[in-house]
Amino acid sequence: MTESVTRRGTEMRSYYGRPVLKEPVWKAEIPWYLFAGGLGGASSLLSFLARKRGNEELANVSLAVAFAADVASPIILVSDLGRPERFLNMLRVFKVTSPMSVGSWVLAASTALKTAGLGAHLLGRDQTRNALGGLSALFGLPLATYTGVLLGDTAVPVWHEARKELPFLFGAGAAASAGAAGALLTKPAHAAPARRLAISSALLEAGLKKVMERKLGFVGEVYEQDEAGRYGKLSRGLSLGGAAMLALTGRTRIGAVLGSSLVLAGSAAMRWSVFKAGFQSARDPRYTVEPQRAGAP
Amino acid sequence: MGDFATLEDLTREQPRMGFFTDTSVCIGCKACEVACKEWNLVPEDGLVWTGESYDNTSTLGANTWRHVAFIEQRKPVRMDDGDDGLRWLMSSDVCKHCTHAACLDVCPTGALFRTEFGTVVVQEDICNGCGYCIPACPFGVLDRREIEGDGRAWKCTLCYDRLKGGHEPACAKACPTDSIQFGELDELRERADKRLEKLQGEGWNGAQLYGRDPDDGVGGFGAFFLLLDEPEVYGLPPDPVVTTKNLPGMWAACGMACVALAAGVAWAVRGRSE
Repeated sequence: MTESVTRRGTEMRSYYGRPVLKEPVWKAEIPWYLFAGGLGGASSLLSFLARKRGNEELANVSLAVAFAADVASPIILVSDLGRPERFLNMLRVFKVTSPMSVGSWVLAASTALKTAGLGAHLLGRDQTRNALGGLSALFGLPLATYTGVLLGDTAVPVWHEARKELPFLFGAGAAASAGAAGALLTKPAHAAPARRLAISSALLEAGLKKVMERKLGFVGEVYEQDEAGRYGKLSRGLSLGGAAMLALTGRTRIGAVLGSSLVLAGSAAMRWSVFKAGFQSARDPRYTVEPQRAGAP
Repeated sequence: MGDFATLEDLTREQPRMGFFTDTSVCIGCKACEVACKEWNLVPEDGLVWTGESYDNTSTLGANTWRHVAFIEQRKPVRMDDGDDGLRWLMSSDVCKHCTHAACLDVCPTGALFRTEFGTVVVQEDICNGCGYCIPACPFGVLDRREIEGDGRAWKCTLCYDRLKGGHEPACAKACPTDSIQFGELDELRERADKRLEKLQGEGWNGAQLYGRDPDDGVGGFGAFFLLLDEPEVYGLPPDPVVTTKNLPGMWAACGMACVALAAGVAWAVRGRSE
């Protein structure tokens, strides 16, 4: 034992192979929030622009989807806190250095606007609804993309080194899920914009994820391994399969339902892949030490 | 993000205080670990045997604010000792109280703050356990306390309460060899430079200062070290950078992604509806 500890101590390039970083303590709520926040943000934009083009059917469906996602999001987030009863402390300060602080305010504003917008819709106040919808769409943009900054602004190598790609990847995932939800719940006769959005964004999502993984190089290898790898493969298959099905059979009810469900599931699996990759990246000291030794920017 | 920490404002009248941990005189007694736990009422978090030399604490965390590392090596103590030397490195690790502290930057509640001593402290009555500081710290110092449903993030306070009362931190007080030295940071840096010069003059193998340089990726540590091997051997990152240094670029990317998303949805709704 003594000799082996000594040999280990002489040769080691990390402290007994232990991580330098702490793994995140976030649980399953967080990848689901990454999905729900994106869905809500992009759906409010889709709703607003569809109404502008006179597609009331799609606009109403997307408004309802956005509302549901925006109500679910804070509940999901509060339940992940170590002290859920203190959730209001999130709105105690506003800090641009904290993407979580910025995101909390964006989400709070977005949920309030959407609740008011749905109220106006149900009361038949169309002008108020449209004005609120415009504001809501404006907040929906950062809501769908800031989560990339949220993960990028950590010391976790596979997240931090992808900090420029993550907002685009999550934005594409958000657009894919909003389009798919629209295509799923709107009659095919009115759902063409949603189908176009779902198909193009699902392809973009799968492509951007590959680009990100390639660009990460050494630290990106966690995307080939374990859970991050499995969710990644699953996500790619679901997104590409769903896009193909929507393109070929999206004008039929059954084709729309199946294709949209696949795209939605693919977008959720993409978030899980990125989420799990962070844990795998933090767990292995090589990903922290070696790029720093190589003088990574 | 530049100097958002306003450290200079805070330390204009009260000089910045910190630790210089000189591991060349550490004897691995763990009095610092015990004194820290006792003074700060840090709970017991399990007793295990690791087989990793004399270290059964393993890492800093929510319930360990001082951690003594032990490394046994077949390396000469001094450069002229020849190849068959044997040495036993010991080092008491602690929160670095960074000049540019990522944990403080990313904390969404303001629970983490900069004290008048230039140290970084979590306010336990504000923290809501969001966990963001934990992967933000480039040293893995912070963690969430999961004992008795606590749920909050905890770390070294550099004994904020003792400093308020004019006392030195418990670990420094308990250290029998002055391996842990507490004082004004400027003065500690001068002292460390002299100590390094002496050790290098005597030919000590691997002697180096870690975190002393105010121009490093975190703006220098408030608690820095004299090590006898590379930082990663002690479980420390060799060249840590505060993650928020790159935040402006991240927000810019986010802005561009917003524009792309708006353009994409606008393109999708432009065509026919059927």
